[in-house]
Amino acid sequence: MQIILKLYAGLTPFLPAGAQNNQIAIEVDEGTTINAVLDAHNCPRKLCHLVMHNGFHIPPGERDARVLREGDALAAWPPIAGG
Amino acid sequence: MAWAGKMLRVNLTEGTCKSEPLNMEWAHAYLGQRGLATKYLTEEIDPKVDPLSPENKMIMTTGPLTGTCASTAGRYSVVTKGALTGAIACSNSGGYFGNEMKNAGWDQIIFEGKSPKPVYLYIENDKAELLDASAHWGTSVWDTEEGIKHNHGDPQIRVASIGVSGEQGVKYACVVNDMHRAAGRSGVGTVMGSKNLKAVAIRGTLGVSVKDPKRFVQATNDGKKVLADNAVTGQGLPAMGTQVLMNVINETGALPTRNHRDNQFESANDIGAEAMAKVRETDGKANLITNAACFGCTIACGRISQIDRTHFSVAERPQYHKASGGLEYEAAWALGAATGVGDLEALTFANFVCNEQGIDPITFGATLGAAMELFEDGVLTEEQTGMSLKFGDAKALCEMALLTGKGEGFGAELGLGSKLLTEKYGRPELSMGVKGQEFPAYDGRGIQGIGLAYATSNRGACHLRGYTIASEVFGIPVKTDPLDSDGKPALVKAFQDATAAVDSSGLCVFTTFAWTLEDFAPQIDAACEGDWTAERLLEIGERIWNLERNFNNAAGFTAADDNLPERLLKDAAKTGPSEGKVNELSKMLPEYYELRGWSHAGVPTNETLSRLGL
Ligand code: SF4
Repeated sequence: MQIILKLYAGLTPFLPAGAQNNQIAIEVDEGTTINAVLDAHNCPRKLCHLVMHNGFHIPPGERDARVLREGDALAAWPPIAGG
Repeated sequence: MAWAGKMLRVNLTEGTCKSEPLNMEWAHAYLGQRGLATKYLTEEIDPKVDPLSPENKMIMTTGPLTGTCASTAGRYSVVTKGALTGAIACSNSGGYFGNEMKNAGWDQIIFEGKSPKPVYLYIENDKAELLDASAHWGTSVWDTEEGIKHNHGDPQIRVASIGVSGEQGVKYACVVNDMHRAAGRSGVGTVMGSKNLKAVAIRGTLGVSVKDPKRFVQATNDGKKVLADNAVTGQGLPAMGTQVLMNVINETGALPTRNHRDNQFESANDIGAEAMAKVRETDGKANLITNAACFGCTIACGRISQIDRTHFSVAERPQYHKASGGLEYEAAWALGAATGVGDLEALTFANFVCNEQGIDPITFGATLGAAMELFEDGVLTEEQTGMSLKFGDAKALCEMALLTGKGEGFGAELGLGSKLLTEKYGRPELSMGVKGQEFPAYDGRGIQGIGLAYATSNRGACHLRGYTIASEVFGIPVKTDPLDSDGKPALVKAFQDATAAVDSSGLCVFTTFAWTLEDFAPQIDAACEGDWTAERLLEIGERIWNLERNFNNAAGFTAADDNLPERLLKDAAKTGPSEGKVNELSKMLPEYYELRGWSHAGVPTNETLSRLGL
């Protein structure tokens, strides 16, 4: 199935070739979890500070269990703030 | 100690400058800067005064730590009754001007009356005089700053000035220092212009002393280590700046778009931090040149950028080819998402013009967004505006920035701000703000707490009176759910009180991404006479909040003004995780009043006032 992977700021370099506008559609297996996708793209876990699944914040403790579905968006940022 | 202990009173009507001792009893009760100047202002003016009359006063003020070796110690504020809002106004700025003022030996400068002709105040340590500014009247902030440095043959003078907008009565003129740092909101520059005061220029070399120098160096070094070791203040902010938020807030479904018609912007990624760092195809360079720091700052969140010289906005205007300040997130949002414009170079140009002529880019962009909606609804026509004002039109953005900066053509109408503009054209519901001031870059439908913070902000809609985004989105200090309004009244109050204390210290509020009041207290305690603890700072913050509230109540504001536009309360967010949500203000507000110790009418009770020594 396909999901949209979005990596921003200091995580941008971990996007696979062909990504545009900081995002790319990727193929993953049914049942793939958030951490499985981030690990597969070599995103260091301590850099994956802010992780959103379809825009909803997912804390670190839930990323191993949270399963992605067809068409979902997974977005991640290193520690950031602003205002 | 830390406080200089004296202030300057400038009577512009009479043309006099007099030194006065600082009221130290008040300094101990209000700390400095925002708190102390608000105390002076509220003691000295009638809350019902017309903000643009000579009876209004304007105070430039520093904190006790301004000009010291603490990190971010370059801050000053401008406190007055706001031209845009008619409420208490306190706009904070960085750069180098605040440090210079403190090093000249002044805690604050109170301006009163109105000069019969344009003047600027020139200060060289103890010496202060009003000088003729007729040669600078009608010129931009940039030309004024260069011109004044030239007048005195001293490039090290620091200047804070208004642009043409402030002279022309644009309601949201800023006071701009160091070319692109601004006391930006609520029309403090408009008040300055109404007094015929073009600029304040300062050279200060006296130094700032502190109570216990050895302990102070240790405490400020400890503070700097905390900032350096923190991933946000040590790496995130210097690398990406505030602009990193564009995609974050868009992803959460809380990026107000096209005058809050939408809550996600399809071009967000074209105007955020990642886009600024991207090499352009046209000239092989990136928009972002480097980051930059205000005086003494070890975070350095500022952005310096350069517009593509082939871009339509500057192709015929070489004066904008140089690198300058911006874009920061709030400006990029207002000039971009709020107007539907996704052209980064056009946004950068409009931002440069806002700096050059001293207009608040948040209110300007939001007002243009409201005008665009009026145009699309057929209420405004091309005959009235001079050009098409459709959402997303980058040329219209650039042209309207130029016109508003000078208060010319339709720019004079945009200069009214969205409240007066939409009222004038019979559509007041299209003004997206509170107490006459426009919202910044977060949608109160997708982030519940910030909606309450906007509704109750003493200076009108503002993110900097209580930045609950830190908790609701970034998880600082703890993560709360942005879509849930439970617990938000307490969160808003805690942020509001702590921020009021930080704004009174002379340091930058961005340190609070890493510091708590427990980190501020030892620095203030080593610098200032008296015992300074985190608890005392929080109490001072609450005292300031209630003092500001009392002023607004006396000025004629009521609980009915602690409100949000119908669009945020009735029209549900359309897309993303916040789809279907409205702001739950009516649920949060009574609880907030109760936590504050206010009556149902939003008035601090006698018990609350006496608890806070008011
Ligand atoms: S954190 Fe940013 S805004 Fe604050 S003092 Fe430093 S550079 Fe200036």
